[in-house]
Amino acid sequence: MKIYNGGPIFLGILVFLAIALFPFYNNFGKVNAKPEPKVDTPAIQEYEKANGKKECIESKEWMRGEHMQILNQWRDSVVRDYNRTYKSNSHPNAAPFNMSLQSGCMKCHSNKKKFCDECHNYLSVKPYCWDCHIQPEEKEEVKS
Amino acid sequence: MTAIISFIAVLLLVAIGYVGGSAGPSVRFLFGVVIPYAAFIFFVGGLIARIMKWASSPVPFNIVTTTGQQKTLPWIKHSKIESPYSAFGVVIRMALEILAFRSLFRNLKTQLHEGGRVAYGEAKWLWMAGLAFHYSFAIILFRHLRFFIEKVPVAVQMTDMLDSFLQIGAPLLYATDVVLLGAVTYLFIRRVAIPQVRYISLAADYFPLFLIFGIGATGVLMRYFTKTDIISVKMLAMGLISFKPVVPDTIGAMFFVHLFLLSVLFAYFPLSKLVHMGGVFLSPTRNLPNNSRAVRHVNPWNYPVHVHTYEEYENDFRDKMKEAGLPVEKE
Ligand code: HEC
Ligand code: HEC
Ligand code: HEC
Ligand code: HEM
Repeated sequence: MKIYNGGPIFLGILVFLAIALFPFYNNFGKVNAKPEPKVDTPAIQEYEKANGKKECIESKEWMRGEHMQILNQWRDSVVRDYNRTYKSNSHPNAAPFNMSLQSGCMKCHSNKKKFCDECHNYLSVKPYCWDCHIQPEEKEEVKS
Repeated sequence: MTAIISFIAVLLLVAIGYVGGSAGPSVRFLFGVVIPYAAFIFFVGGLIARIMKWASSPVPFNIVTTTGQQKTLPWIKHSKIESPYSAFGVVIRMALEILAFRSLFRNLKTQLHEGGRVAYGEAKWLWMAGLAFHYSFAIILFRHLRFFIEKVPVAVQMTDMLDSFLQIGAPLLYATDVVLLGAVTYLFIRRVAIPQVRYISLAADYFPLFLIFGIGATGVLMRYFTKTDIISVKMLAMGLISFKPVVPDTIGAMFFVHLFLLSVLFAYFPLSKLVHMGGVFLSPTRNLPNNSRAVRHVNPWNYPVHVHTYEEYENDFRDKMKEAGLPVEKE
């Protein structure tokens, strides 16, 4: 097979390969850690002592996918309807939760860096909530 | 009819992806690892094979098409990009073609007016929708790098941020998702609504449109509606690119539909009109300089012709020519 104008064509193929194979060689020889959100904050331990188990406002699997949506609903519910109590669907026996980002989610998940950020950094999710809402203070992070 | 067949074909692919994604671990391994690898290898190998095939076909003539004044006499203004003379001009022309779809911009609408008068009108919608479609596709693909790079680069983060700047809902709505689905829908409607275009549309035109719409729609469903555990998706993606494949069982079936349609797109790519991604670079009507008056374009097909020069002729017949009193150059 005779190739005409081989120079620019092979250069083009090289560029194509460099782009198409980028993820492979970029990651070559690296060890990939997966995120492990920690749920052992004092508030959660207290909750566990009082209720006999660790639980979120809904099941863990559901929270993984839907937590941003529920925050959005909470926001509307509080700001528009002045409704601040949330009754869990999957934990019918649990006491109503306080619909709040700062004093609801973040009271239990006071370890934002080891919890929310653990996942979010993995996928470069950057919620803009903290432009206004106050993040929990994390003393142990300051020391290390 | 061809549109309906293509539509049913894509629905069938969706169903296959869904069934595969809902099945047991070994089938999910097939759909999550084996098929994507095979499709990717076929995509890269197939595209290179197509390019090599094109590269082995000679260009017999300088068939550049131009829309500007050729370089001629110094006092005639030369159109450097529309009728490029130098390699630099060709590069600029190709860049405009590939990045801005310049020749599509010249698309015209031909109308027959009363009394058989023909008129040409502007027709920029195809150009606009084409551009919107290709750019949103590229941006979405670039944003997807967050699944394939452990420490997501700043460029990807910035794109993410700009793309979601409208800050609608949670998770935030990406503008490119809306543009992609809107543009593909327009490109489809154009094919069925304009009779002349419908007449020349084949199944091979509808199928990729439906396929890409399916990929976009499943992605949108996954992000905004049905949800899947995308932490596990990243683990799957990182596993694929580091050759240590894993298929976490928390990934929903919708992701497998997304991935299966994508695998079909990749495998279909080198076999279909979609190879224009590589082909556009090799269009002789665009990538040749218009210098045929200055540089001789030798047809590579030319076989060696035996030429009998006048000198040889005279050597053969010198005596006879002298006898007949004809003038000769050498005595
Ligand atoms: C009562 C304390 C409490 C509250 C309030 C709470 N969580 Fe949780 N959350 C937990 C516990 C405990 C777990 C771990 C559940 C398990 O392991 O089954 C958890 C799990 C999660 C997970 C899944 C983590 C994983 O590893 O998959 C997410 C996401 C989450 N919570 C987000 C939130 C958000 C967002 C809010 C506010 C809308 C919230 N949580 C409110 C205690 C709480
Ligand atoms: C522009 C500033 C701003 C931003 C950004 C912002 N919020 Fe808020 N948010 C507020 C204000 C102000 C209230 C009202 C507080 C109140 O009435 O108690 C509020 C209330 C809420 C509430 C209910 C009340 C409470 O105590 O939490 C939720 C839930 C909430 N926001 C979630 C979010 C989430 C999730 C994000 C990010 C996606 C976000 N907010 C981003 C300003 C902001
Ligand atoms: C199990 C991992 C995980 C944990 C833990 C987690 N998130 Fe998320 N969060 C995600 C993922 C993944 C997304 C992005 C979803 C997408 O892009 O479809 C997200 C998105 C969000 C969004 C929407 C942001 C956007 O820009 O679209 C908000 C708000 C949010 N998370 C809040 C929280 C808060 C607050 C916590 C801690 C209480 C938390 N998340 C903990 C995985 C997690
Ligand atoms: C041609 C290639 C692809 C196209 C056009 C495409 C298109 C889309 C679109 C339009 C979305 C909606 C959300 C967004 O814009 O980010 C999406 C989401 C998604 N895609 Fe793709 N995709 C492609 C390839 C892939 C690949 C290779 C993977 C495998 C890792 C993948 C996994 C996902 C996942 C997990 C989501 C959900 C993201 C979320 O919830 O935020 N996609 N895709």
